[in-house]
Amino acid sequence: MAGSDPAVALVSASIGDGLLAVEEDRAGNTILIVERGSIRGACQALRDGEEKFVHLSGIWGVDYLGMGLGPRFAVVYHLYSPTSRRRVAIKVPVEESDPVVPSVVEVWPAAGWHERETFDMFGIRFEGHPNLARILMPEDTDFYPLRKDFPLGGEEVQFTHTPEPAHLPHRPKIGLEKGKT
Amino acid sequence: MASASGCAEVEIRMAVETRFLPEEETMLLNMGPQHPATHGVLRLVLALDGEVVKDVTPVIGYLHSGFEKTYENKRYQQCVTLTDRMDYLNPLGNNLAFALAVEKLLGIEVPPRAQVARVILAELTRIQSHLVAVGSGALDLNGTTVMMFAFREREEFLDIFELCSGQRMMTSFIRPGGLAKDLPPEFPERVLAVLEGLPDRLADYHRLLTRNPIWLDRMVGVGKFTAEQCIEWGVTGPVLRSAGVPRDLRKDTPYCGYENYDFNVITREEGDCYARYLVRMDEILESIKIVKQALARLPEGPYVVDDYKLAFPPRQAISDNMEALIHHFKLATEGYRVPAGEVYLPIESPRGELGFYIVSDGSSRPYRVHVRTPSFANLQSLPAMARGSMLADMVPIIAAIDPILGDVDR
Repeated sequence: MAGSDPAVALVSASIGDGLLAVEEDRAGNTILIVERGSIRGACQALRDGEEKFVHLSGIWGVDYLGMGLGPRFAVVYHLYSPTSRRRVAIKVPVEESDPVVPSVVEVWPAAGWHERETFDMFGIRFEGHPNLARILMPEDTDFYPLRKDFPLGGEEVQFTHTPEPAHLPHRPKIGLEKGKT
Repeated sequence: MASASGCAEVEIRMAVETRFLPEEETMLLNMGPQHPATHGVLRLVLALDGEVVKDVTPVIGYLHSGFEKTYENKRYQQCVTLTDRMDYLNPLGNNLAFALAVEKLLGIEVPPRAQVARVILAELTRIQSHLVAVGSGALDLNGTTVMMFAFREREEFLDIFELCSGQRMMTSFIRPGGLAKDLPPEFPERVLAVLEGLPDRLADYHRLLTRNPIWLDRMVGVGKFTAEQCIEWGVTGPVLRSAGVPRDLRKDTPYCGYENYDFNVITREEGDCYARYLVRMDEILESIKIVKQALARLPEGPYVVDDYKLAFPPRQAISDNMEALIHHFKLATEGYRVPAGEVYLPIESPRGELGFYIVSDGSSRPYRVHVRTPSFANLQSLPAMARGSMLADMVPIIAAIDPILGDVDR
């Protein structure tokens, strides 16, 4: 069913070899695996094509570390066409060694914050983004929390009421005397 | 403290959307994150030229709790309780979106009684969410009476949720497989009793607000956004419909049997805060229609799938039946395995498109969960919407977008 999807033909005509593969998700929506250099072309083709995928639902990342297939990351773009009332997804595989993908803010301004969140959570940079800064985590965070090798609860505790935090020697004690809680 | 060098320091350290260098007549004013009118911990850095907002930079993340990371470490049934807490004014909606996505991966359908009950609960949640939106919006503009009235109405809805689940807000009542337990026998009468008086109460709010000169002065023409702007900024929900775009996922890509109900998609043309207020008020009436239709067709039958590998067996069976006991044990400890695959299945929350993207690796814990939340996407449009407004207009603009910071930050 995915092979006969008109969106596949449209994107294939636009970016040719940039379309690496076609899959389907469990809701029956087509997933186009697109090489990162062609992502802008694919997005533009889908947005302006007959079906007019004008609505970008979002952009988010996946870390396939541990699943052992192909490049470590993928950036997923989910599009919706109000004209034909259906969804299409694009997945861009991203190598761990070079986590950069062209930004699609020029195609949909809505991409702005989604790309920032993907950068914030996974460390994938979006080339051409006007303001690729962290959005959810504090600006001085030096890790990417949603990566699989970052543990749950891996963030250092900033403030604690523990009277003698032995493993946090430099943390400020909030107005506490030694031994008091 | 607010010296020129202090401003420059603030600007470098924070994430500004535009490279804005304060000229002589421009002041950077911080609104929030602790502010009564920002609807949560939202920080807005306003670049003001007198009273005119030349630019606004929302800074979010103050309520970021790491939901998506936590989901990866919990079994699917544990994830349900987390879903309530993201958009905390739409807990049953969050439950529903998660349940639909998981059920798609499992390849199961819930029984008809659960389907209809889900629609009723989702619409009741929508009504109480819009009551809060209108009430707190009015409160922001000093209309305390409307806020008190709206929250008084809302109490009756919270009583209904408590009747069903024991919990007023974080019910976790809609779960993959069906409902947590059956609806109590008095549910239909209680709901009808609540809905009976509601249209008259809404008429009270209209009397207080809709032709009120102060309300009109502060809401009409404020925060105007065209349909094209809404679409390109990914805005959904009442804000999109207030600009004339008749998009509602309950109609366009129906789920949960919504295609069987007769209701209208409320739109207005003006695209300003006043239009958004009217859209929400009318959507409450449409939701009442849907609930009444659903109650009329609420069938008898099971409230959960008949598969002990997915849903707990009835309590009595555990005492009588060894298999039921084993299933209960396995479910409570290991959880159910969800076949590998991925899905993204959005629903129409009171704020817009809410969807769970779930990647399953075949185990009993989700591999990756991303929540596409409407408040995050809608809030992104705030600078484009608010540029050129007056400082006082920021309050109704935020109120009319109706962001929930738990939804924004997760």
